Amino acid sequence: MIIKKIVGFLTSLRLTVVLLAFSIILVFVGTLAQVDEGLYGAQAHYFKRWFVLGVDLFGHKLPLILPGGYLIGTGLLVNLVAAHIYRFQFKAKKIGIQLAHAGVILLLVGQLATDILAREMQMHFVEGEKRGYSESASDYELIFDAGGQETAIPASLLIPGEDLKISNLPFTIRVKSFWKNSSAAFRAPMMKSNPLVASNGLALNFDFTPAEEAKAMDQKNIPTAIIDLINPAGVLLGDWAVSGWTGDPGSIQAMTEFYQNQVGVELARNIAVQFGTPQSLELDNKSYVFVLRPARIHHDFSLTLLKATHTVYPGTDIPKDFRSRVLIDNSVTGEKREVEISMNHPLRYGGYTFYQYQMTAGEVAERQGITPSSVLSVVRNPSWLTPYIGCGMVGVGLIIQFMYHLVGFVSKRKTA
Amino acid sequence: MKKWIPAILTLVMAAWFLGNLSAPKDKDFAYNEFGLLPVTANGRVLPMDSLARNSLLEIREKQTLNAEPWKGWNEKPLIIPATEWLANVMMNPGVANDWPVFRVDNPDLLSLLKLPEKDLAKKVDGKHYSWNQIQPALADFDKESERVGKIDSANRTAYENAVSKMHERLTLYTQLENAVLPTDAQDWPAELAAYEKLIPDGVAAVQAQQAGSPFNTNYFNAFAGYIQRFQSMAGWEPPLILPPNGARQWRRMGDALLDAPRGTPVDEAIHDYAKMAGALAANNPEAFNAALRDYRSSLVPTQTQALSKARAEVFFNQLEPFYGAMVIYILAGLLAVFFWFNMSETLRRSAMWLICLAFVIHTFGLVYRMVLEGRPPVTNLYSSAIFIGWGAVLLGMILERFFKNGIGACVSSVIGFITLIIAHHLAREGDTMEMMRAVLDTNFWLATHVVAVTVGYASTYVAGFLALIYILRGVFTKTLDADTGRSLARMVYGIVCFATLFSFVGTVLGGIWADQSWGRFWGWDPKENGALIIVLWNALILHLRWGGVIRERGLMNCAVFGNIVTAWSWFGVNMLGIGLHSYGFTDAAFKWLILFVGSQLGIIALGLLPARMWKSFQAKAGQSPT
Repeated sequence: MIIKKIVGFLTSLRLTVVLLAFSIILVFVGTLAQVDEGLYGAQAHYFKRWFVLGVDLFGHKLPLILPGGYLIGTGLLVNLVAAHIYRFQFKAKKIGIQLAHAGVILLLVGQLATDILAREMQMHFVEGEKRGYSESASDYELIFDAGGQETAIPASLLIPGEDLKISNLPFTIRVKSFWKNSSAAFRAPMMKSNPLVASNGLALNFDFTPAEEAKAMDQKNIPTAIIDLINPAGVLLGDWAVSGWTGDPGSIQAMTEFYQNQVGVELARNIAVQFGTPQSLELDNKSYVFVLRPARIHHDFSLTLLKATHTVYPGTDIPKDFRSRVLIDNSVTGEKREVEISMNHPLRYGGYTFYQYQMTAGEVAERQGITPSSVLSVVRNPSWLTPYIGCGMVGVGLIIQFMYHLVGFVSKRKTA
Repeated sequence: MKKWIPAILTLVMAAWFLGNLSAPKDKDFAYNEFGLLPVTANGRVLPMDSLARNSLLEIREKQTLNAEPWKGWNEKPLIIPATEWLANVMMNPGVANDWPVFRVDNPDLLSLLKLPEKDLAKKVDGKHYSWNQIQPALADFDKESERVGKIDSANRTAYENAVSKMHERLTLYTQLENAVLPTDAQDWPAELAAYEKLIPDGVAAVQAQQAGSPFNTNYFNAFAGYIQRFQSMAGWEPPLILPPNGARQWRRMGDALLDAPRGTPVDEAIHDYAKMAGALAANNPEAFNAALRDYRSSLVPTQTQALSKARAEVFFNQLEPFYGAMVIYILAGLLAVFFWFNMSETLRRSAMWLICLAFVIHTFGLVYRMVLEGRPPVTNLYSSAIFIGWGAVLLGMILERFFKNGIGACVSSVIGFITLIIAHHLAREGDTMEMMRAVLDTNFWLATHVVAVTVGYASTYVAGFLALIYILRGVFTKTLDADTGRSLARMVYGIVCFATLFSFVGTVLGGIWADQSWGRFWGWDPKENGALIIVLWNALILHLRWGGVIRERGLMNCAVFGNIVTAWSWFGVNMLGIGLHSYGFTDAAFKWLILFVGSQLGIIALGLLPARMWKSFQAKAGQSPT
């Protein structure tokens, strides 16, 4: 009896209607919220949630509780699958509609899989450089390099107040503060500045301050942590600032450009060199170089940027084309071939997809006197094919259903 | 006789439209010929005629210049065609700078620019002002403009928006002024000749000065003066006037003049333009026309393609097919609505004939544009309006073919008219055939994703509009009998199915495109979300209907709400100013969107009235009082 009721509820059209109605409200509110919270903020707040508690619209807080994206998605999936199993009939009249709904199921499952499995990375290189790894677009890691032996600590473990004891490091890391997003500035000599954030290394020449979390698509969080290093006897070895600003060629480039306008090319380069020099600690005749940098994912092949081209329409700054010519070198398969990656024409290789993302090339690079460089966005998404198949199924299903009705309608009118 | 009325009406309108085919004749100065010259602006080769019309639309919001705006339309004010205006701005600023071409609406902006208020006796209409009237207050304006430039566009007041718009207009005007000659030139042909003569001595003087040797200060100063003027010219980044010559691509006049001392010979085109400028300033049509002819014939051997493309585009500009179609649609719409009141088959057939004519013109315009651009039909907001209209008209025609009850005709003509009006206003944003940014530069996705989504929009509107007819006829007239009601419900249901198919496929194809170019299938970008809401809304209507939650009237109310959902996706999301898809909008659009949403909500409120308050249902109850 109860089971029948549950089945009845799960397969009911009314549940579908309610879920669809809520999804419309959620998508609408989640779009409006992007004005205040930015794309990523709204995604996290509305879509990647089971429940949405409190809605912010145009700076006003509304005490609303909505089902989040996960709940609606799961609900629709359960509803669809249940109804599909329960009501499945193999009839010409139903085949289109069933195919379409199966396609929707596949799309929902595919999105779920993407959400869980997909990883987004980037690959930065200047012309001539070779890369055997990609860098995470959002995650950072603290690296201690003892003569080539790297120890990587994910930034998510850097929690203020916690001590980290890593087995192959002869010291404890005490996290004094960790800022998810931060800004960096050169401490100009002779100028009155803020107190030092740490008393060694980088912090002597640079100020780091916490910053508001990034909202827009084209911004990203660059973390900074202040750490104490303590030897096993409990003696403080010193405190340091480690910052994502210094471990990322893109950020260093941005810093250089900023100072070029303020203090000129020569000084800006000097600042950049200081900024990019990794900090190190000498302990028991061993040197530990450490840096906070985007987390790396190593590939079993490498890409070399041969040429970066950026063309614009004549007499304008409107970009016409971005393209990178790269050399794939795979020692496992013995492949050594050149490919072009351009907007709308990604390279799919080794389970990864490489998209043309950003570029400093063409006239811009010439004006600044720098070697052209390119940034590829690298995505690993094992379920990338599901939308293609799902869309095909829904399209074909709806067309079958539609033609079925249309033929019926036209022939009825003809006989009438 | 009655039989012939539709055909005669159609012939009359066709003749009216084809009247545009004959190009206007030049009186003295061959401005129409000038309009055919190719030039490069906005990254593409276009005729002077298009550059002139687009620029006037941006600066004055019209395609022609009314030089005497203080006169009423019946007092025959002097109307100056776009190319004549452009030729004078570029080559005869002494005259052009007195023409009241800048439209200023904002009262605060009027005071900032110290412009006189409306006073017809003093020949001021209170809205249009000349460069010479604005110029004295430019220093103050620049300060304001710089301040406004730092404010995020979403946080600007109406006045600040007006300042920013004015800044764009003044910049565009200055660019055009610097396209052919320096703005301060008094006698350009003579100055150009003097410059060319000075080059060897000037270069020698500069080289000597740099080497620290004695040099001729007269030569040096005169030469430096020229260089400064040409640098300022090129610095404005005006349109590229000079055609490719040998290995050189399209060039700006300023850049070419700066290249001359470096040993690059001065193009004959520079002299031709100088002659035209001299003739224009001297008010000598024969000399102008001769120089123009020389220049054109010099283009013939090398620039055949640019010339023919320019000619084709000018033909399109003069024909104004979308304007013609718009006028015929409105006429047809009136006939279709009258049909419901007297049920004269002649009226219905006339409406259908006219819609067919307008549709042929509409289609011609659409295809001509596609060929000119070498692109699928929808590339920007402007062309989406044209295409949505086209799709909706086609759907309405099919419905009329089946049901023959005037409803399809009404839908076709009214949606055709409204979308073309929208397109007409969107054209003010500038060049409607602008180049596609790198990420959008793919005919495959433009042809599949964009077209499918746009057909989804069009069909959702058709469903909404059918529902609107149902509600208005039902509530206010007695003409909605049970048969008409049922057939309307069938039409709406069928079209919602169709809309679901296209909006779904279009939206998912968009996701696949995003996957191809950015590596993510779905990013919750506002435009994506807008399209998703249309899909969800249409799916919701279908499920509500299947579940029996809504019946005939409920279906109609839901379909009207579909209009709001589509308007939100088409225009609303662009106003949020975020996301990758935001491709521009105007403030005026926001006002209209609010009005539209309000009107649709009003109609839904009517639709929710109890059946006894509907005139049609009262009538029915009266007939059969059981």
